[in-house]
Amino acid sequence: MIEVEHLTKEFVVRRGRLRRERHVVEAVRDISFHVERGELLGYLGPNGAGKSTTIKMLTGILVPSGGRVTVAGLDPSKRRVELAKRIGAMFGQRVQLWWDLPLIDSFELLRHIYRVPADRYRTSLQRFRTVLDLDPFLHTPVRQLSLGQRIRGELTAAMLHEPELLFLDEPTIGLDVVAKQRVRDFLVEINRERGVTVLLTTHDLGDIERLCERLLVIDRGSLIWDGRIGELKERYGRDRLLIVDLERPVPPLEVAGAVVERVDGPRQWLRFRGPAADLTARVAAATRLVDLQIAEPDIEEIVRRIYAGER
Amino acid sequence: MVEPVLLWRRLVGAQVRSQLQYRTSFLLDLFGSFLISFIDFLAVLVIFHNVPQLGVWSVREVALLYALSSISFALTDLLIGHLDQFPQKIRDGNFDILLVRPRGSLFQVVASDFQLRRLGKAMQGVLVLVYALAALHLHWTVGRVAMLVVMIPAGVVIFASVWVIGACLAFWTTDGGEFTNAFTYGGNFMAQYPIDVYASWLRRFLCYLVPLGFVCYFPALYLLGKHDPLGLPRFLQFASPVVAVIAAAVAGTIWRGAVRHYRSAGG
Ligand SMILES: Nc1ncnc2c1ncn2[C@@H]1O[C@H](COP(=O)(O)OP(=O)(O)OP(=O)(O)O)[C@@H](O)[C@H]1O
Ligand SMILES: [Mg+2]
Repeated sequence: MIEVEHLTKEFVVRRGRLRRERHVVEAVRDISFHVERGELLGYLGPNGAGKSTTIKMLTGILVPSGGRVTVAGLDPSKRRVELAKRIGAMFGQRVQLWWDLPLIDSFELLRHIYRVPADRYRTSLQRFRTVLDLDPFLHTPVRQLSLGQRIRGELTAAMLHEPELLFLDEPTIGLDVVAKQRVRDFLVEINRERGVTVLLTTHDLGDIERLCERLLVIDRGSLIWDGRIGELKERYGRDRLLIVDLERPVPPLEVAGAVVERVDGPRQWLRFRGPAADLTARVAAATRLVDLQIAEPDIEEIVRRIYAGER
Repeated sequence: MVEPVLLWRRLVGAQVRSQLQYRTSFLLDLFGSFLISFIDFLAVLVIFHNVPQLGVWSVREVALLYALSSISFALTDLLIGHLDQFPQKIRDGNFDILLVRPRGSLFQVVASDFQLRRLGKAMQGVLVLVYALAALHLHWTVGRVAMLVVMIPAGVVIFASVWVIGACLAFWTTDGGEFTNAFTYGGNFMAQYPIDVYASWLRRFLCYLVPLGFVCYFPALYLLGKHDPLGLPRFLQFASPVVAVIAAAVAGTIWRGAVRHYRSAGG
């Protein structure tokens, strides 16, 4: 469905008021990956990593500086219009609905822009109205919608023409817990029931954990992880944390097979690998223990470790 | 061919409907631009009454030229005048949205941000036209009526092409707005007067490079049955539609090339 080969994007920026020095930013640097039909894929990376830039090249908004992209068998920047009929895109920070018109009018206009036949439009709109609960604000002008309501409208707008492939750039940005859940359920539904391939970027690891089987991680323009979340946990998450409560505050403990990661009063966090029993014994021998617990690293911790450049 | 026009009507219609929701402010805007046009018209009358002749052109003839150019320009302004907000769309990256839809990007830019209140500006040209026609007592033949009917849309297309090419600058530089305005608004100013009054380098520039002479000057020669004071071939007087088609093709090509330089904005 998506084939990316040595994809690169450079931006030439000029700095300074007077001398205007040329400066090249490598937003995306030689990345390659393949996506099969029906995958639901997370694209993760710290701010400025190059996620949005990648999506813009996949949707034909930006022309790559180097490498090759094929989406649904087409070169996005050369066959933009043809591709646009088959994909949907939503950018959490942009408004694609008509600001001054009632939500329903935007849908109606999009139906004509995408040339969706009337009966197909009716059934598909009906479905979104139920799944995303649009009815309470269907006739409200977009500028009066709350963020969560608008995002639901934007998702509908991206999906009305029933695309095979959906690109979402931070679809859950700024949503509350309930709205997030609704959006996630919706994405799972279109992916499972309709076989829509979804690629989404997010800073919300909850999205990734609930939705995605496979994860791409990009940092400073380079792809640093491509694989299943389970593998990621195994690779980066073998370390566990032993959290000990001591009788009184002491300097970081020095025990073999563990490093102290954090100290907070009498509580210390020790990172270790392997069986916990030996380590616990060693700690107990070194000082007086009051209480202890063992924590598995969660995805958040793992991603923090990846961003920090650990192996 | 018909379907895009229908879609344009639908898109523009939706915007007009939402603008009409604020009826008072819309009417005030419309009245305001009408009033400005009318004052413009009075200013033109004052000038025409004090200047008896402009080269070989009588004041009435100049008034006709002025009116026809103004009408073409005002219609262009109504249809695509919102293009001068286009650099903003480029700068903030909102052009992205248009590129993920299965329609031409220029078409979509033209069909968004339509402002009906610009219609008020066309009034001035119409008033001057009425004045000029009343004063000139033209002998109306079929050919002249046809010319009048064809030259306005041709003029709109020529003006619009110049605007679109000017707007393309936005893909490279974020502060080309004034430069573009020199071509668009300046172009209108140039086209309002007979080009034989300009210095010859400027005249050549206006005839061949930025083909503004074809908006009014050449068609008006035919309407008035005048000999070209420049002595240029007579077929040029009928060439406006062809020039319009060429100008549109050039503008379209430049646009398509320019879109490939779009950089979007971070986000
Ligand atoms: N239009 C542009 N012109 C110049 N530089 C840009 C442009 N767009 C992005 N960049 C630069 O490219 C890099 C990648 O930006 P991008 O928007 O792809 O990051 P991102 O991964 O989406 O980050 P975020 O999580 O903050 O949205 C950044 O260093 C950014 O400054
Ligand atoms: Mg981004």
